[in-house]
Amino acid sequence: MTWGFAEMRYPCPHLANPMLKTPPMTKRIEARFQKCRQEGRAALVTYVMAGDPDPETSLAILKSLPRAGADIVEFGLPFTDPMADGPAIQAAGLRALKVGQDTVKTLDLIRRFRAEDQDTPVILMGYFNPIYVYGVDRFLADAKAAGVDGLIVVDLPPEEDDELCLPALKAGLAFIRLATPTTDDRRLPAVLTNTAGFVYYVSITGITGAATPDFGKVASAVERIKRHTPLPVVVGFGVKSGAHAAAVAQGADGVVVGSALIDALKGTLDAEGRATAGSVEAVTKLVKELSEGVRSVAKRAAA
Amino acid sequence: MSAQAQPNSFRTGPDERGHFGQFGGRFVAETLMPNILELEKAYEDARNDPSFHADMANYSTHYIGRPSPLYFAERMTDHLRDVSAASGRSGGAKIYFKREELNHTGAHKVNNVLGQILLALRMGKKRIIAETGAGQHGVATATLCARFGLECIVYMGAVDVERQKPNVFRMNMLGAKVVPVQSGTRTLKDAMNEALRDWVTNVESTFYCIGTVAGPHPYPAMVRDFQCVIGNETREQMMQAEGRLPDSLVACIGGGSNAIGLFHPFLDDKEVEIYGVEAAGHGLDQLHAASLTGGRPGVLHGNRTYLLMDRDGQIADAHSISAGLDYPGIGPEHAWLHEMGRVKYISATDQEALDAFQLCSRLEGILPALEPSHALAKVIEIAPTKPKDHLMVINISGRGDKDLFQIAEHLGNQIV
Repeated sequence: MTWGFAEMRYPCPHLANPMLKTPPMTKRIEARFQKCRQEGRAALVTYVMAGDPDPETSLAILKSLPRAGADIVEFGLPFTDPMADGPAIQAAGLRALKVGQDTVKTLDLIRRFRAEDQDTPVILMGYFNPIYVYGVDRFLADAKAAGVDGLIVVDLPPEEDDELCLPALKAGLAFIRLATPTTDDRRLPAVLTNTAGFVYYVSITGITGAATPDFGKVASAVERIKRHTPLPVVVGFGVKSGAHAAAVAQGADGVVVGSALIDALKGTLDAEGRATAGSVEAVTKLVKELSEGVRSVAKRAAA
Repeated sequence: MSAQAQPNSFRTGPDERGHFGQFGGRFVAETLMPNILELEKAYEDARNDPSFHADMANYSTHYIGRPSPLYFAERMTDHLRDVSAASGRSGGAKIYFKREELNHTGAHKVNNVLGQILLALRMGKKRIIAETGAGQHGVATATLCARFGLECIVYMGAVDVERQKPNVFRMNMLGAKVVPVQSGTRTLKDAMNEALRDWVTNVESTFYCIGTVAGPHPYPAMVRDFQCVIGNETREQMMQAEGRLPDSLVACIGGGSNAIGLFHPFLDDKEVEIYGVEAAGHGLDQLHAASLTGGRPGVLHGNRTYLLMDRDGQIADAHSISAGLDYPGIGPEHAWLHEMGRVKYISATDQEALDAFQLCSRLEGILPALEPSHALAKVIEIAPTKPKDHLMVINISGRGDKDLFQIAEHLGNQIV
């Protein structure tokens, strides 16, 4: 008996894309990191889910974040099957979907945020399917018009750059890449090619909101990445408190917090999962603590 | 049939980036990418290593019990000829069963698991994770992990744990840990999400043994290759039995591994008609699991394929009486074969599958699983329209023992 292996071709994947010569338009992001550098500190990047627990509350939270000390805001695009997210963000997405949040409505919330705040960079973070179904070109045009500055799409590694990364850069949106502990030096150049705005270092192998990293190792990992890129490197996954934020701020250009904010919000919801009077404030209170943590670490101011 | 240009061969895919036409690819988190590239290389090495093939052949023969018989289902054939005669057509194809339900562990799933576990051993991975729907892939994985002394964790939707209790117990007996998944719809897709979350967390130590021809490249191609033994044997066995190739092939499709295993070796034999049968659940206008018939292209679980989803790209709830078909997607190669028009994809409802299950049990003394009962339902429909010299092969991909409690419930009986 013979085994019927089908014929397959396996050359090395072609990763780098030479078409990108001009730097993309990431003005708000660059300006914000410049400001943080001048203040001699790391940036605070916050993540909340669009539409959680309802559109108006999530917009109120989004608007409150910069006032509470967030430098960059990430807004989550809800998805039914978030394969890299832990229970907190999974549940947040399902709460948003339950009240009918979708991509059109999310872009509308960003438009309303942008009407009041022209400076804070807004990053949309999510999974590819809702964007793919919306239509990549239409999505990029609408996102740009709404005031989005960058995209983080978890399930698009460099091997799939043709799908969204390259069209996004062409449309003037930063495609922010995740680097992880498994991204070794051999792979880093491929991960950093075509990325813009900043690099997001995922401090653990794992899902969001699960483990807390060994903060000692974070600084050396950031250093390793910075040998390959002039872009700022922010660090996320597992940051839950002001003390964590301060620890990460020692070695990184920015600190990302998501699940902890969502947990703070969730703690205020009523039995039906609806917002209460204290919902927005619960999030801003934690953001203030995180902001103080970040600001407690003095960094060398850039020239 | 299709507007797209027909390729010289339907058997050369995927390309180097894992694409079957526009389908397939590697849509995974960066954390997993190095591992997926490592797996691709390890598989490439293994398939060029005669000792790997020798191990596969040895365990296939002595542990799985291959080759599985190609059985002439005489009473089913006679019955469908009577049906044909009653409708004034005097036809009725000659029906053969490819008896994958006779494999060790009772389904085709073990063919693929054997390949992946031997690969995991080559890669030095000691911790194996798997997702399972009906539990057949979980049982096969637990079985080979027991055989080779590997740690085994199986993710299974909480709904499926409930409706496939015998398989949960079997996995426990084999030393595997079954984790009921409470997120999302608590079925196969959520089990796959949870397995991916485990993998992203334990990426260095862990081998993810995917049970179907889905997921990121190289899984769809690799799993297909391991399942192609079904079609290769069928070819040889039919030549021995009838001196020629079959005229048609029929198999059920959830992710589509038993189907691609039967189909793939015949894809370039243009005269062979090929039918894939999806689960139409309560009916195509209601809750179902027929991704090609009722879905459209999207990206989930590492690949682009046809998916059941809403206008916003949110994945829809699938429904099938058969837990093994209860998945809102389908393997990317099937999506491509659908668009190329090489395979005809049709569907059978829960009720049609239940009726076919009963007919087969009584006529042939074979209790098919609910999954291949969907394929049987369409054999019952198509065979009477074919002439008597038409040779039709259906893949009986699993046995029905695991489904007895559920079938009893549907038939209004109780098993004490």
